[in-house]
Amino acid sequence: MSAWLRSLRSRRDVLRTGLGSAAALVGSVALGQSATHPAGHTPATPTPPVKGGAHAGHGNNLMVGKVDHARNGFDPMEVLTDWDTGQVSRLPSGQVLREYTMTALEKDIEIAPGVFFPAWTYNGRVPGPTLRCTEGDRLRITFNNHTSHPHTIHFHGVHPAEMDGVPGAGPGEIPPGGRFVYEFDAEPFGCHLYHCHATSLKRHIHKGMYGAFIVDPKGGRPPAREFVMVQNAFDTNFDGGNEVYAVNTVGFEFARRPIPIKKGELVRIYLVNILEFDLINSFHLHANFFNYYDTGTTLEPTLRIVDTIMQAQGQRGILEFTYKYPGNFMFHPHISEFTELGWMGSFQVVEPVNYAAALREAGVDAGWDRRATGGSTAGGRRA
Amino acid sequence: MSTPAPTGTASSLWGLAILPILLLGAVLAYLVATGGGLRSLQGPPVEQVKIGRVTLPERGLIQVQLVNDGPQAITIPQVMVDDAFWSFTAEPPGPIPRLGSATLTIPYPWVEGEAHRVALLSNLGTVFEAEIPVAALTPRLDSSLFARFGLVGLYVGVVPVVLGMLWFPWMRRLSGRAMNFILALTVGLLVYLAIGTWLDAQEFAAELPAFWQGAPAVALIALIAVGALLAVGGKRREDEAPLGLSYRIAVGIGLHNLGEGLAIGAAFALGEAALGTFLILGFTLHNITEGVGIVAPLVKRSPGLKQFALLALVAGGPAILGTWIGGFAFNPVLATIFLALGLGAILQVVWEVGRLVVRNTGRLGLPVANWSNLGGFTVGVGLMYFTAFLVKF
Repeated sequence: MSAWLRSLRSRRDVLRTGLGSAAALVGSVALGQSATHPAGHTPATPTPPVKGGAHAGHGNNLMVGKVDHARNGFDPMEVLTDWDTGQVSRLPSGQVLREYTMTALEKDIEIAPGVFFPAWTYNGRVPGPTLRCTEGDRLRITFNNHTSHPHTIHFHGVHPAEMDGVPGAGPGEIPPGGRFVYEFDAEPFGCHLYHCHATSLKRHIHKGMYGAFIVDPKGGRPPAREFVMVQNAFDTNFDGGNEVYAVNTVGFEFARRPIPIKKGELVRIYLVNILEFDLINSFHLHANFFNYYDTGTTLEPTLRIVDTIMQAQGQRGILEFTYKYPGNFMFHPHISEFTELGWMGSFQVVEPVNYAAALREAGVDAGWDRRATGGSTAGGRRA
Repeated sequence: MSTPAPTGTASSLWGLAILPILLLGAVLAYLVATGGGLRSLQGPPVEQVKIGRVTLPERGLIQVQLVNDGPQAITIPQVMVDDAFWSFTAEPPGPIPRLGSATLTIPYPWVEGEAHRVALLSNLGTVFEAEIPVAALTPRLDSSLFARFGLVGLYVGVVPVVLGMLWFPWMRRLSGRAMNFILALTVGLLVYLAIGTWLDAQEFAAELPAFWQGAPAVALIALIAVGALLAVGGKRREDEAPLGLSYRIAVGIGLHNLGEGLAIGAAFALGEAALGTFLILGFTLHNITEGVGIVAPLVKRSPGLKQFALLALVAGGPAILGTWIGGFAFNPVLATIFLALGLGAILQVVWEVGRLVVRNTGRLGLPVANWSNLGGFTVGVGLMYFTAFLVKF
């Protein structure tokens, strides 16, 4: 009897019952077919979206509520521009030395309003600090492991084997309570990343141990408004597939709070794909085209005038574009599924005179604006 | 030598009864307050939610009913439909306590005739999924649909029982031996119904939140129903036995038909009208033997048309009720209880009709396990089994 009730769960089974359509015809005549098509039914008005949502496009495709960034200890909007240029001094040789401290910490972070993820972090945030330096600088990164699992830092770039941050090379995995100093010269210039390379690799990455690693060319890049966007996702139920997709961790954050930019100014995005479980992520810009620098290791674009690029796991690059018209413009992966699962935001393009108001609306201050336009030649705290 | 137990006053008797309860309270208070030294054994929180009914009350609207059958309160901060986060409202809002329930209303533009998937994301990231196999407006209680659903119940329940009863005049002309064959056939079809009802009850029980303990509940309710019906049967006068037996068969079959009605009503509620109507034909054919079973004990009586009408109503009427419940207010708890009661009732009449067969066989001077009885039983099971081909997918 109700065995078929269960079989109904499969759409295919339902279609198969078309075999009984002659009989079904008899029945539907008897029922006047109105069980499925009530006459004169008017479409319902959808319930209004929850306050604080649906700032940009996509109707009711949103998350309900807001994330407590203060509790998290980081704000995706701030992450866009908070370069960590380290503590700067000079070696006797005259080479610039940049010193960083990275601490592995376990922390529950709010990745969607009301949804908490037991993350493994660098410095208590996901993504970890955006390390920024200039090609040829000496980098000295002190790594403390304050968690209950072994971890490493594996930097993309050119460096000696023992600095590679993988099991079996140099100190290998740094045990709980352990400490190690990674030291190497920054090369080549480009948009790179770092991540934990302890085993099991998948888990150490998707739990949040990664960040952007930007090496500026010696001569810098042309002045622009710069943002870092780390494409990430979270497998909240640990089934080997992601539930929440984002840039800089919090789903739909830039849909709730569009990123303010000025009409006519050059915008540069350092885009990193550190997605786990999905092979490819992409970036599509609305109502515009951009130049793309694959891996950021060239000063000439490797792709010109495109509006969508794709990045496999671990790939990254630099986008440059300028908006011609003011207005709200979406960006998202052209993988619709990821878009609807949180990786979607927009730029609020305004006339320069309206920029201060736009900053206030986005909840950021003049410091945020200054960091965004500080230029590509890394500064830093003086030792 | 044991000393006789001292007889105390009423108050000291109460004191002795209450003492363990007071001590139990103290132990519980200690455990709650201190953790009983087991704090370090406490693992991560376990989240468990049972999604009940998913309905499509209007175009562009999905409603999900859920029960928290996990050990602690749960919050559902986000909802996904078809792999997309979606806005929603919860009633009541906020955390759902253990054994508490909530209704989520999601403004989602679902597509008629297509499948959709709803996923609830808990605050700890657990995902609970429910499927809408074929999207269609959930039927709403209005008089015309109510009447149409009633008609479906009539076709499936009452009509086949009445048609089956029309064999009564023919059955009266049969020899005692042939009649015994028919009674054995009745046992066969009842045994088939008992097994079917058991399996159906288990399926509904599996849909229940865990705390209902569905599987053992079905067995226990059936067992208690058998016991109660046997106890009632023990007080019966011998001369009214055949009609009484027919009524008990009718009650058992009626509860079984209630389950069939539930399934058909739910099919329409799930939006599969084609399958539902196909089932109507199948069930009508399948159920025709039930009428034979009900009147079989009456061949030596002439109870009158009124009794026949009443028997048909008792056996077939619940199908109408079931269709209404399944279509408008499906409730797996009630479905499980009704089916378990039906199982008990059927088992009890299997016992009674079985005894009748044994008695008649004895009168004919034959062993109980003879080819005639076995043949009747097999034909009864076979009829049900093969006509069920029409309604099993």
